[in-house]
Amino acid sequence: MTAAVDVDHVSKSFRVYRDRNQSIKQTLLSGRRAVYDRFEALKDVSFEVPEGSTFGLLGRNGSGKSTLLKCMARILNPDSGSITTRGRVAAMLEVGSGFHPELSGRENVYLNGSILGMTRQELDRKFDQIVAFSGVERFIDQPVKNYSSGMYVRLGFSVAIHVEPDVLLVDEVLAVGDMEFQEKCMDKFAQFRREGRTVIVVSHGIEQMRTFCDHAAWLDNGVLQDVGVASDIVDEYADSGHAVTAGPGGGVRHGSGEVQFTRLSLVDEHGDEVSEARAGAPATFRLSFEASERIERPVFGVQLHTVDGMHLWSLHGRDSGFVPEAVERGSGSVDVRVEHLPFAPGAYTISATAQDEHRTHMYDSLQHAGHFTVLGGGFRTSGGMLALDGSLLDLRQG
Amino acid sequence: MSQVERESRREERRVTLNLMRNLTLREIRAQYKRTFLGRVWSLINPLAQIAVYSIVFGLLFQLPVAPGTNSGLEVFPLWIGVGVIVWGFISGSVAAGMSSMLDNAGLLTKVYFPRSVLPVSSVLSSSFNFGIELLVLLAVMALVGGPLVLLYAPLLVPLLVLTFAFVLGISMVLSVASIYFRDLRHLWSIFSQVWMYASGVLFSVELVRERQEAFAADGVDLPLVAIFQANPAERFIEAYRNILYDFAVPTWDIWVTLLIWSAASLIVGKLVFDRLARDIVEEI
Ligand SMILES: Nc1ncnc2c1ncn2[C@@H]1O[C@H](COP(=O)(O)OP(=O)(O)OP(=O)(O)O)[C@@H](O)[C@H]1O
Ligand SMILES: [Mg+2]
Repeated sequence: MTAAVDVDHVSKSFRVYRDRNQSIKQTLLSGRRAVYDRFEALKDVSFEVPEGSTFGLLGRNGSGKSTLLKCMARILNPDSGSITTRGRVAAMLEVGSGFHPELSGRENVYLNGSILGMTRQELDRKFDQIVAFSGVERFIDQPVKNYSSGMYVRLGFSVAIHVEPDVLLVDEVLAVGDMEFQEKCMDKFAQFRREGRTVIVVSHGIEQMRTFCDHAAWLDNGVLQDVGVASDIVDEYADSGHAVTAGPGGGVRHGSGEVQFTRLSLVDEHGDEVSEARAGAPATFRLSFEASERIERPVFGVQLHTVDGMHLWSLHGRDSGFVPEAVERGSGSVDVRVEHLPFAPGAYTISATAQDEHRTHMYDSLQHAGHFTVLGGGFRTSGGMLALDGSLLDLRQG
Repeated sequence: MSQVERESRREERRVTLNLMRNLTLREIRAQYKRTFLGRVWSLINPLAQIAVYSIVFGLLFQLPVAPGTNSGLEVFPLWIGVGVIVWGFISGSVAAGMSSMLDNAGLLTKVYFPRSVLPVSSVLSSSFNFGIELLVLLAVMALVGGPLVLLYAPLLVPLLVLTFAFVLGISMVLSVASIYFRDLRHLWSIFSQVWMYASGVLFSVELVRERQEAFAADGVDLPLVAIFQANPAERFIEAYRNILYDFAVPTWDIWVTLLIWSAASLIVGKLVFDRLARDIVEEI
């Protein structure tokens, strides 16, 4: 198998300016143009992309995926090493593929097409197809600055695939399109694969990558971690994403650790720890934690699962209207009260999370660390997960 | 070099030429698509300049201008007109050419193409307009001065090529330099004012020669004329005036001077551009 793209010991660094003079005046006044550090975005990366494969690039934000793609597209030049590509290369890098905002969609299609190597005749022939695929017919004679970001991407992407490139580079664009367009693109990629063309995609959609790519490479901090069959690489990457450690009570935890749960338990009305609750009876779950510093407006959450892992219920502070001003350094606890526990008799686990106010940052997530058993009670059940406040009654006939 | 490589080179050259053509046409079309008023406006500007300079320098100052060698023309506005239009091209196309990279930052950061396409097509489209202005000027000269000028008109072609090369070289340097120094465009507009006065757009070499002789009479030897003519823009304007106003062939030393200036500008322009344009994307 030959390589469609051969990345050979590629390194790339950027200037990170600390003090930058972008005018002659300032330069003369301060006597220098700029003070900068070098930041290495790619460090000695080597791999081959087999011809005809659909190749995924994985990695966290800032790991150098876009930089690598830009090097492949020859927009950036590597500091050392080389990249060899076979055949026509077309790239869809981030939003917009080099459209001129003042020009109409039509003019941009022609301009972009000719940049990507299409002749006038080729463009005339394919113009209708390009517009139809993009689905922006109604706006084709409007300046593209009036397009929504989705439309922008659709048109750019449409041009790029109609160039019929041998190698297509796609960076994160699918995320912007709507469902219908995403499906269209998937079909198109599948067609590319059948035709033996190579597609290289960057995406954070892990599942998409798994089903869709046959090969993948994983970058971290500009260093190639692994390259190979897509599903293996995706698994490795996904596992690495959460640095999971063992927690108390046989649970697993991840998170930044400013707050850490120490114990998740069921308690009775006196606050004493118990291990059993009755179906339909009140139940209180106590989430005990230790804070290593003051945390403002934390959002606590609880999740209940069956022992075999079925998720039954979650509730967090934002939804419950409970976001305390702050927790101070030291230990503490939060109670979760359920008036009538509607679980069928069986064994269950307690998990808890502590997040920041916007729920974008995880201080701690301790999964399956508490255990309790539900016994038969006021709510009866003859089968299933739940025990509800139900009864049979009222026979009617005739 | 293998067959495949040679072919991909050829393909790349085809794409580049095609792109250059498209970009040039795009700019020309954009200018012609402008509103009627906008179109008229772009004509009014040089006409107004010619009128003002003719009144100030021709009528009020009575600046001496030798009559056209073969044409015998003594029409100051026409003499000024050649200068204004040629200078307008030199300064205007450099101004447009030097913005070409920054204005197309969106393209540069998203797609690969040989970066020189941008300044080249910018200067090409300016040259197209200049060509049209030259044709208008030629028609006026033929009407006023007689059809003899048409005999010399073909000389405009090589002259235009030399001017193009000269202007392109400067534009290429300034187009990458203006990415590093954003105030360069501003500085250029100041500089080009000064350069215009130094290029004899508004007064002829006769005036300079008179001054030099006046100084010489006072015992001060200043090579004013030589300094004045060391300015390439002055030489270009002189050559255009030879053809369009004098109805004459520019002397061979003018041709040689222009050739040297154009070649030097183009070579330096290309060297600087190739060196600086490589990593330009990171600076935008
Ligand atoms: N022009 C530039 N100048 C300075 N630093 C840059 C430049 N371009 C990228 N970087 C840096 O290089 C690193 C890698 O960036 P890159 O865009 O390749 O990341 P990425 O893997 O695509 O991330 P994401 O998933 O967020 O798209 C980042 O730390 C970024 O700050
Ligand atoms: Mg990226």
